[in-house]
Amino acid sequence: MKLKKPLLMMGTLALLLVVSACGSNNNATQGAGNSTTETNKEVALSGSILAVGSTALQPLVEQVGQKFMADAKYSKIAVQVQGGGSGTGLTQVSGGQADIGNSDVFAEEKLKDADADKAKELVDHQVAVVAMATVSNKDTGVDSLTQQQLVDIFSGKVTNWKEVGGIDEKIVLVNRPSSSGTRSTFEKYALGTKVDDIAGSIQEESSGTVRKIIGETPGAIGYLALSYLDDSIKSVQYDGVEATVDNVTAGNYPVWAYEHMYTKGEPNEVVKAFLDYMTSDEVQNGDVVELGYIPASKMQVSRDVDGNVTKK
Amino acid sequence: MKVKKQSPVLIQKHHLEDWVGRIYTTFCVSLLVIIIVSMIYFVASKGLATFFTNGVHVEDFLFGTKWDPNGENPLFGALPFIVGSFATSLLAALIASPLSICASLFMTEIVPSWGKRILQPVIELLAGIPSVVYGFVGLTVIVPLLRDTFPGQGIGVAAGAIVLSVMILPTITSITTDALSSLPKGLKESSYALGATRWQTISSVIIPTVLPSILTGIVLGMARAFGEALAVQMVIGNAPHIPQSLFQSASTLTSIITLNMGNTVMGSVQSNALWSMALALMVMTFIFVIIVRLLERRHRI
Repeated sequence: MKLKKPLLMMGTLALLLVVSACGSNNNATQGAGNSTTETNKEVALSGSILAVGSTALQPLVEQVGQKFMADAKYSKIAVQVQGGGSGTGLTQVSGGQADIGNSDVFAEEKLKDADADKAKELVDHQVAVVAMATVSNKDTGVDSLTQQQLVDIFSGKVTNWKEVGGIDEKIVLVNRPSSSGTRSTFEKYALGTKVDDIAGSIQEESSGTVRKIIGETPGAIGYLALSYLDDSIKSVQYDGVEATVDNVTAGNYPVWAYEHMYTKGEPNEVVKAFLDYMTSDEVQNGDVVELGYIPASKMQVSRDVDGNVTKK
Repeated sequence: MKVKKQSPVLIQKHHLEDWVGRIYTTFCVSLLVIIIVSMIYFVASKGLATFFTNGVHVEDFLFGTKWDPNGENPLFGALPFIVGSFATSLLAALIASPLSICASLFMTEIVPSWGKRILQPVIELLAGIPSVVYGFVGLTVIVPLLRDTFPGQGIGVAAGAIVLSVMILPTITSITTDALSSLPKGLKESSYALGATRWQTISSVIIPTVLPSILTGIVLGMARAFGEALAVQMVIGNAPHIPQSLFQSASTLTSIITLNMGNTVMGSVQSNALWSMALALMVMTFIFVIIVRLLERRHRI
């Protein structure tokens, strides 16, 4: 009997937990349902949002999520943010496990062939823009590279800095893994072509590590989001254009990509409230800029899946 | 009457406790078995899908030298990663084994009193340091050191092997120390009685006797090195090519999996190919375990 009692208690506890969890879930869905049927604005939205995916977008969503929950209007909504990568985000949102899938690339670029139908179900919400600069070690003696020179360097045709007007130093490529969204953005908009992995090149996924390696390795070249630029490395001009926020928004500097937050179909009330909050002026001009992203609203040009740029 | 009534109750209570214990342990064991079996099934079903569903040939996967999953004509050659994994873990074992064996001999045979008091906590501390710290130390200390001393960028197989060798030092040392301290006293005493010096005793009596245990330690250390992902990924460079030298960028199975898994879509060929690598890693772990079992069977003093 001595052993049975705690077991029984544990069982009851577990049952209670399950029941209460079900109860709160019901409340959540009811709350959301009520607000759609009743036009009464005083009914506060309640529920939970799970956003999964891109680690590049994660800090922004996390910070905005905290502010969102702190807002009295949305205090009954719980926002949970997870990383895992763009592929994971897109998989989970189209599978229904997550409410929002964060991605660095258009869903159509990741969900191809057999999965192409899944991409059609997803609705794109572009919340920010990330621009990338070509960066190199400080002592290369090169300040600007043309597109052709970059292609030659990243495809291994040019292997010494003196061939592009710099010092006599071997070029060390610091690349991203071939599945990375950052790499596909750089290949698509800076190089204009896909490049093979060169033997001896270095591949790292974390921007902090990339910056550290480029800063310390003589002759190293790579690419980083603008928010990661600092004094330890040198930002190289692209066809003579400096990678700055103004040049990106004006459409003069082409190496940038949208940060997407995908929902499966149109978002429900709760998710929509969060996405609206994300694109509000307060967040766009506050948190977005503060964390080194470029507000999507500031862009004077827009771009579609195929890379066609149009003036707004 | 009362006494007669009580005794069956007591027996029942005994039985009940016995049964509760039995049911609980059986439940735990079967849960463990279910978890292990389902994990094997999960990894195997995903990993084998590359070959059966996506039609990649097994030979192309195991012996192909080109890894290009996003190309026009996707290629899934994992040989560079398999070579990288074996090269780093073998080299790490090669560096760490002599150090570990010497440390254990020092602690048990040469200066057991204060040697053990100082070395043991230090080695336990090594085992407790998180692997990201090892990776960062490797990137800030070992890589620049190699870059300045040898040709190349410093990042590469050598840096990975050095970082791993420090990480597997505790595994080999503790297993060797356990074996050395459990040696029967008579063995050493009879050697000394025959007039052998301490060095002769160590080299021709002690080491040959505990050799199977030392090998067990080395194999377990290699298994740990084989499965380590984070620290190696930071210092090895991760280029999908078979390196020409020790100081050239290479990659291991684990580093490619961790770098790419989050960026691929579940169910796609790319993702499945990564699962195939996970399957290869799991098979290797099984082989390591089998080797250890065989060594243990041989080793009975």
